[in-house]
Amino acid sequence: MLNAVSLMAPELLLATQTIFVVVIGLFVKDDNQADVMRYIAVAMLVAFALMGFILGRPQGMAFNGMLRVDDFGHYAKLIIGLTAAVALIFMKPYFKEEGLDRFEFSVLMLYAVLGMSIMVSANNLLALYIGIELQTLALYIMAAFNRDSLRASEAGLKYFVLGAISSGLLLYGASLIYGFTGFLDFDGIATVIAADGMSVGIIGGMVFMMCGLAFKISAAPFHMWTPDVYEGSPTPVTGFFASAPKFAAMALIARLLFGPLGDAFEQWQQVVAAIAIVSMFTGAIGALSQTNIKRLMAYSSIANMGYALVPLAAGTVAGVQGLLVFMTIYVITAVGVFAAILQMRIRNGMVEQISDLSGLAQSNRPLAVVLTMFFFSLAGIPPLLGFFGKFFAFYPAVEAGLWWLVVAALVASVIGAFYYLRVIKTMWFDETNVEFVRGPMSLRWIGTGAALLIGLVIFLPFATTPFRGLLDSASAALF
Amino acid sequence: MFAELPILPALTLIPIIGAAFIAFMSRLTKADGRDQMERNAPRAALLVSGIVLLLSIVLVGDFDASNPGFQYVDDVAWLGGGIRFIMGVDGISVLFILLTAFLTPLCILASATSIKERKVDYMIAFLLLEALMIGVFCALDLVLFYLFFEAVLIPMFIIIGVWGGANRVYASYKFFLYTLLGSVLMLAAILWLYQAGAEQFGQATMDMRKLRGLDIPGGAQTWLWLAFFASFAVKMPMWPVHTWLPDAHVQAPTAGSVILAGILLKLGGYGFLRFSLPYFPDASVQFAPLIFWLSVIAIIYTSLVAYRQTDMKKLIAYSSVAHMGFVTMGIFTFNFQGIQGGIFQMISHGLVSGALFFCVGVIYDRMHTREIAFYGGLVKRMPMFAAFFLLFTMANVGLPGTSGFVGEILTMLGAYQVNPWIAAGAAMGMILSAMYALHLYRETIFGEQVNEKLDVITDVTRREWFILGTLAFFTILLGVYPALVTDITGPAVEQLISNFEADLTPVELAGGQ
Repeated sequence: MLNAVSLMAPELLLATQTIFVVVIGLFVKDDNQADVMRYIAVAMLVAFALMGFILGRPQGMAFNGMLRVDDFGHYAKLIIGLTAAVALIFMKPYFKEEGLDRFEFSVLMLYAVLGMSIMVSANNLLALYIGIELQTLALYIMAAFNRDSLRASEAGLKYFVLGAISSGLLLYGASLIYGFTGFLDFDGIATVIAADGMSVGIIGGMVFMMCGLAFKISAAPFHMWTPDVYEGSPTPVTGFFASAPKFAAMALIARLLFGPLGDAFEQWQQVVAAIAIVSMFTGAIGALSQTNIKRLMAYSSIANMGYALVPLAAGTVAGVQGLLVFMTIYVITAVGVFAAILQMRIRNGMVEQISDLSGLAQSNRPLAVVLTMFFFSLAGIPPLLGFFGKFFAFYPAVEAGLWWLVVAALVASVIGAFYYLRVIKTMWFDETNVEFVRGPMSLRWIGTGAALLIGLVIFLPFATTPFRGLLDSASAALF
Repeated sequence: MFAELPILPALTLIPIIGAAFIAFMSRLTKADGRDQMERNAPRAALLVSGIVLLLSIVLVGDFDASNPGFQYVDDVAWLGGGIRFIMGVDGISVLFILLTAFLTPLCILASATSIKERKVDYMIAFLLLEALMIGVFCALDLVLFYLFFEAVLIPMFIIIGVWGGANRVYASYKFFLYTLLGSVLMLAAILWLYQAGAEQFGQATMDMRKLRGLDIPGGAQTWLWLAFFASFAVKMPMWPVHTWLPDAHVQAPTAGSVILAGILLKLGGYGFLRFSLPYFPDASVQFAPLIFWLSVIAIIYTSLVAYRQTDMKKLIAYSSVAHMGFVTMGIFTFNFQGIQGGIFQMISHGLVSGALFFCVGVIYDRMHTREIAFYGGLVKRMPMFAAFFLLFTMANVGLPGTSGFVGEILTMLGAYQVNPWIAAGAAMGMILSAMYALHLYRETIFGEQVNEKLDVITDVTRREWFILGTLAFFTILLGVYPALVTDITGPAVEQLISNFEADLTPVELAGGQ
């Protein structure tokens, strides 16, 4: 039992904190109630992210094999925890401005991260489902957090209804797998498949589960909700949606496919490759005519999830590593872009049209430079980090002989470059028509920090080398 | 003498530091100091690029021309997995570095007066561009090479789009997307090479020198060659993927056109020499006839197209495509004269077409139009300019005594040994180039001056005199003493050819002869 405590220390920390924060919320009643809660939550999230590393990366099973703690999980928790902490920080100025600053948001964030943490360490179909539901229930409320806004309520409702359908699909798939193998825990399922091979029921279950999970990562053809939810939700919440939950769901998919379904590689490879191709082209083509920058980012994330699935289809250790590298870089970029979008504020509120960015290079130079770096990075132009994300993501697929998938992905990325260029063109070539008010310090620091990571970290071997070692052991942990 | 010093990383880094310095200073400048900053930025950029020029002169002076291998090699661990930070130069690349370092200060000098707004940004973009272009020629790691090769698009996109002409957005998009599509196919091929290297050598490597040792089966070579070809043919540009070039040239500011014609087009030819020939010799032999015909079509067809242009820059842009046809033709002859001629033609074209764009810039700055019909009789108003323009026009045609002649005659000599008809077609192109070039010269410089707006036009300023004079000096110097270039490139080219012949699969060799 004590063993389980040390293994689950990060999750236990969060779980106790959620209760603690709710209780504290009853006693701290003055104006800075939300601030206090936020600082506690940020501190807890950072502690959660680093906990596994402080404890020396413990490995093992907890709660009778319900949860697996390994380097893959540690790495995912590191990224998720830090991203969520940054997201909480960049929510503050927005919520203050909009009069939405309530302490419950920090609690929701802690719940969501707890859910993601369970997702990335799930070793049992039930744990998997509990993790996903814990996460998404918190996210539904976050999407509709601005309850007086019609668009936010619509976004929340849409997210909820479609999310419920996907959960249904997921659960149905899980029940099929349970029914045909007789096991809920991943190791049991893996042994049955290894011994008896795949049956139609298991394949069906796998496909249903993949559909449900594709919904969570907003991969096409399950992407319909994404643009509306991204547009309607409060902007910082959208920024959070684009980052940590995507990473968690991607990690969960990797765990599921390489864990219990590891021997079904030939079956799921086709599913993954098909979703990847459909996603990258849907994202690239759908984004072409968008004028709202949040919708643009929604389609961009659809396309990027397509690219992220490419290394997964390779089905190798290098593939998992490519996935982790790509998703990490994508998360950094998404956080940076949204920190920049949050600075698009004129005197009487936020603006979110791409045309509002026109002439930004002259009216607000630092913001324009930072955004330009992010968009070139998303387009995959070196020397920015986005290029290396694609490089390490596509290499495993070439190694596995999926060169057609890689060529398709590269062609899609050229189509994608067109709309990223449109944003850059608006900022640099057009004349200024709106002046933004000066953004708050925290946002500017987050944006600049992310841009520095995107632009410079690749040239600092002392930063990339230990990171590479961590990635090696994280991706090897799944096999 | 300087082989121990990290001279190549320094060459790449100095412009970046300069750009960062200018950016930082302009950040610190208050609103009332903006004008001063705008004035000082070109000076700072000139200083930085001057340092780079000096350093690259030292590099070429110190370069051991008799050594065919790579020199000044710096090899540092970088990303792991066989991806290292390797830089080095050989006889083929070292002169391109000098050419870049030579053209950039001239461009900055020309832009200091012709660019009116956002000079600070312009200088930053130009210094970054210089760093990246030098980086391409220094890189010996395939990932590093691709990084520089592709990153060049960013500053060039901004330069065309911000300081370009009326239709600049269209031109910048076309430039960017055309070259990006070519490059990503090359990226796919690079990934393939990476994987093959890991398989055959037992450990992954991206070292461009080692990858030559890969044993690539025939079928794969064809595909890989085509993927690299897609990228270099667009960059070059070869007919029929040249259509981005006239747009980009016409819309780009003068200095942008100079760099585009002077250096960026050479990246394609450099790529052919660095990758297509050494890595895929069998496929190169297999596709050589295709290249020859594309080159001859480019030479003849684009010369004819050039003749019909009404815009000076467009005319010169089409003539660039034609001249690049000589380069591809020369490279794929696989013999000493042909490849030497191809390299010489690239260097010479860098000087001559750059100078021609400067010339157009000179009169465009005064009259703000590039319509050929607008001008006429300029020789009376601008005698000095007319002399310079004549020299560069003649160099463009390939008059003996100018650098243009040497490159064309060498490539044709090379081509004649392989296929006389190809050489005949290319020679045809020389006649056509005389046709359009003399047409341009007659219409603008000679004839009666009918347009009274030209009454106020003035001759070249001291600054322009200096720029054009320097270029004219080197055009003639290389024309009368081409050994300055060929002595440096010779040993490297010889080794390239001997490696190429050694790597050919014997069956293919028998079929090719």
